[in-house]
Amino acid sequence: MAQRAQPINGRAGVVAGTIVVASVCLAFLGIVLRAEPGAGLGPADWQAIRFTVVQATLSALISVALSVPLARALARRQMPGRQVLITLLGAPFILPVIVAVLGLLAVFGRNGWVNDTLGTLGLPGISIYGLHGVVLAHVFFNLPLATRLLLQGWQSIPAERFRLAAQLDLPPSMVFRTLEWPMLQRILPGAVALIFVICLTSFAVALTLGGGPKATTIELAIYQAFRFDFDLSRAALLSVIQLILAGGAALIALWIIPQLPLTGGMDRPVQRWDARGGGQRLLDGLVILLGSAFLLLPLASVAVSGTLGLPQVPASVWAAAGVSLWVAGLSVLVLLALALPLAGWIAIRARGSAEAIGLIGLSASPLMIGTGWFILINPVMDPVRLSLPVTAVVNALMALPFALRILVPGIREALASHGRLCLALNVNGWPAWRWLILPRCLPQIGFAAGLTGALSIGDLGVIALFADPDRTTLPLQMYRLMGAYQTEAAAGAALILLLMALGIFWICDKGARRYAEA
Amino acid sequence: MLKLKGVEIRQGAFSLAASFTVERGRRVAVIGPSGAGKSTILGALGGFIPLAKGRVYWDDAEISTLSPGARPVSMLFQDNNLFPHLTVYQNVGLGVRPNLKLTPYEIESAHNAIQRVGLDGMAERRPAELSGGQQSRASLARVLVQKEPIVLLDEPFAALGPALRQEMLDLVRELVDEIEATLLMVTHAPGDVARIADDVIFVEGGQALAPAPAAELLQNPPPALQAYLGS
Amino acid sequence: MRRTLIAAGILLASQAGADTPVLTVYAGDYFTSEWGPGPIIEAEFEKFCDCDLQWSTGDLLPRLLLEGERTKADVVIGLTSDVTAKARATELFAPHGQDNSALTLPIEWTDDTFLPFNYGHTAFIYNETTMDAPPASFDALLDLPDDVKIVIQDPRTSISGLALVLWVQALYGDKSAEVWEKLSDNILTVTKDWSASYGLFTDGEADMVLSYTTSPAYHMIAEEDFTKKAAIFPEGHYFMVETVAKIADTEQSELADKFMAYVMSREFQTIIPTANWSLPSALPQSDWPEAWAQLPLPEKVLFYSETEAADLQAQAIETWRNALSQ
Repeated sequence: MAQRAQPINGRAGVVAGTIVVASVCLAFLGIVLRAEPGAGLGPADWQAIRFTVVQATLSALISVALSVPLARALARRQMPGRQVLITLLGAPFILPVIVAVLGLLAVFGRNGWVNDTLGTLGLPGISIYGLHGVVLAHVFFNLPLATRLLLQGWQSIPAERFRLAAQLDLPPSMVFRTLEWPMLQRILPGAVALIFVICLTSFAVALTLGGGPKATTIELAIYQAFRFDFDLSRAALLSVIQLILAGGAALIALWIIPQLPLTGGMDRPVQRWDARGGGQRLLDGLVILLGSAFLLLPLASVAVSGTLGLPQVPASVWAAAGVSLWVAGLSVLVLLALALPLAGWIAIRARGSAEAIGLIGLSASPLMIGTGWFILINPVMDPVRLSLPVTAVVNALMALPFALRILVPGIREALASHGRLCLALNVNGWPAWRWLILPRCLPQIGFAAGLTGALSIGDLGVIALFADPDRTTLPLQMYRLMGAYQTEAAAGAALILLLMALGIFWICDKGARRYAEA
Repeated sequence: MLKLKGVEIRQGAFSLAASFTVERGRRVAVIGPSGAGKSTILGALGGFIPLAKGRVYWDDAEISTLSPGARPVSMLFQDNNLFPHLTVYQNVGLGVRPNLKLTPYEIESAHNAIQRVGLDGMAERRPAELSGGQQSRASLARVLVQKEPIVLLDEPFAALGPALRQEMLDLVRELVDEIEATLLMVTHAPGDVARIADDVIFVEGGQALAPAPAAELLQNPPPALQAYLGS
Repeated sequence: MRRTLIAAGILLASQAGADTPVLTVYAGDYFTSEWGPGPIIEAEFEKFCDCDLQWSTGDLLPRLLLEGERTKADVVIGLTSDVTAKARATELFAPHGQDNSALTLPIEWTDDTFLPFNYGHTAFIYNETTMDAPPASFDALLDLPDDVKIVIQDPRTSISGLALVLWVQALYGDKSAEVWEKLSDNILTVTKDWSASYGLFTDGEADMVLSYTTSPAYHMIAEEDFTKKAAIFPEGHYFMVETVAKIADTEQSELADKFMAYVMSREFQTIIPTANWSLPSALPQSDWPEAWAQLPLPEKVLFYSETEAADLQAQAIETWRNALSQ
């Protein structure tokens, strides 16, 4: 088919794409120019590479495997509070890592609720440290994402088919084989691939829960190379390996990654006639209960210890919260400035390969980008003065692939339904954005903005490299509290961080949706 | 006068040839079996479907090289004729200026058009708050302010009931007379043809025949048209 | 636009009005927070220096290496003994100009570039209410039952973690690998930095934490909690020191010298223990603040010089990594 005429062109998208690629490549260039030939990669680095791949594979497989029963149970049960539950279950995905680790420890740690219970029952305890701890944390973060993707899949099965299955009186196992399994085959590979890429670049989780040097990820090795060995050539080498590994996996995955559902699971559940037996009902109830406990108890523990610590929180934490809000706002602006034109460009192209550009940001090490730009900026001006903008850009780059996944389908849909009308009315270029795309995609824009804001508010990130003492972000301030024996105040700060991440997401997401509906 | 000179449209295995002239101010119905290419002809005139061969002229100027928005054409599709997130006024106003920055005079003329199609007091509503007939009226109000010399209707009233459709056709007839436009509309119903059309273009077998006077054609249909119309 | 111009104008005016020279001191991130020693040092120093002391925080060494000769630092405070070799190699530093013989460290200090301002020793901290049989020696530590859990820090990312590796190296030499293997069952986890480890300990996740002999002082003085103890081993403890140094091509050479002198002053030395929870580098023990004098400290101190440490470090870390990767 010939390229259809479209009311928008891809020029701004090409510019945005060039900026993204250039900001990563220039940072890399900056490092390579300063690097002296080093010893190359040692056995520890290769071990890190192996561990990274193993934990990412396990995390992805387990997250998705567990999400199948959870999404299935949520898809076929109607119950009061279902929507609130689904919203809450999404929270871990946007949770700041340092907060989540505190919560996980409170539940699964040696002194945590699970082990206390096991101990009372006279059962042996479980340990959260080591490979399984890292995987547990990654499952905690990514199970919500996988569940949303699958829930969307379940809702894509037309209600008529379930009616037909009920007419034929198919047992649950046959319903699974004829209706649900084909859908899963379509969605599962992409979900696994997406989570694999996310876990590949993970860094902070392995810091505390890794248990020892064998649980070093590539990102952690890059961090060591930069900050402690100051071996720029090794850091650059590791960055490239991470870029190839994550970028390669991402590229392959791009063809099979499902679109990020906007309303995933928020619609009314499809009326189901199967699975009405008591056993099935009990099973679903149990799955939902266990899933909710796993995802919500750590949040609850952060809330409890945080509330206790709140009175100890010094004023500087609130100032830091303000700075974090500012960084998050800036990140959202940068993200939208990059993602919207890029998404527009991708949406009008017949093939989606340009979306790979978005994955560069996620695959590249934030530390590499930060350090590279420090080197580039240093001869011109004091990099510390640019620390917050650089942090905002890095945060925006990290969120870019998610934003594109959210925005591109929305823009495609808007163009498919009303692009012709725009052309007929000569509503082209900016007016087409102003009058068609932006208002039509407001819910998607809000979702992407909320996700970016939440992810960047909890990010410790590159700011630590060249922090300005007067403009500390909240995660950094929380870290300082922990470093100053102020554990209780740190717990209070963690709660504030949690509320801010959830709040910023909620405001952007719900606000945009409400505005779009008004 | 609208002139199609040696036009050929190809889409995969499908092809359609058209060479004819429509005089200014005529109201022409385009009829023919499903899949014959009625909408394709209109799409090509509107600039949405590229020509494989031939040219289209309006008076003496070639318009087949122009982008859809630059053609002297206003067009209504089968669906999605209104932006659902914009008000009736905004939808109409976009027909005046694509950036919606209207002069006071233009604002007034948009409101006049809304009034003219019978949507008095509904300018601030969104399409979802209107009935199907009112939505059709809103898009016709926009045709009115566009004031293009050619109006193309690709079955925009197909989803309306018979009575409502006739009401709309009467309105269309009045409106194109007011703006002195040439009308081409796709239809299935011979009743519609009788109600509004001066001429009929019959599309069949990969060809769009030149317009023939409607009354004559319906009274003495050639065999192919007879087969299409049935008894 | 106009608003930025006004803002710029105000900024210029305020700078023009302030003739006081600025002394820029680079410090670690923790140093200048409200719980760190920064604020009080700044206040005290500014009382007499006739200057404006400005902190600039971040990762000290990476930042200096990245900035090179364009560094804006006049003085750098907080470089630990494990990075002084690398810092020295930048050739950015000038002699500290102070008399090393005034130091009261448990080891002899001859470095004329990096001046110690406080010190401590690595030690394992435990809670005496939950641990009734703390190990009395390093050997006893190795024989602890498996269910006694210890958190340590990564020697590749943390000075205290590195000190532990060198501590083991100093005590056990070639047998370090076996020591690590014995210890590995007790190691709950290895964290990137000290604060994460200590958090796990105070949350009750671990029974013992690798920290400093001075950690109990914090709990005693700030929290009136006398249950946290350092396990003192007769084999000796590894010595850790933080230093301050002057940048050679500073434009505030006199001010920088003044600051170096201030670091050695009695006043600074009496502030630093409680401000930084560490032992003063140039103050006889009899003059230490109350409570500090009562702190149990090791009799024997182990320390590798910069050059010795540089030789041993890579191999010792590799031994540690191998043993804990099994």
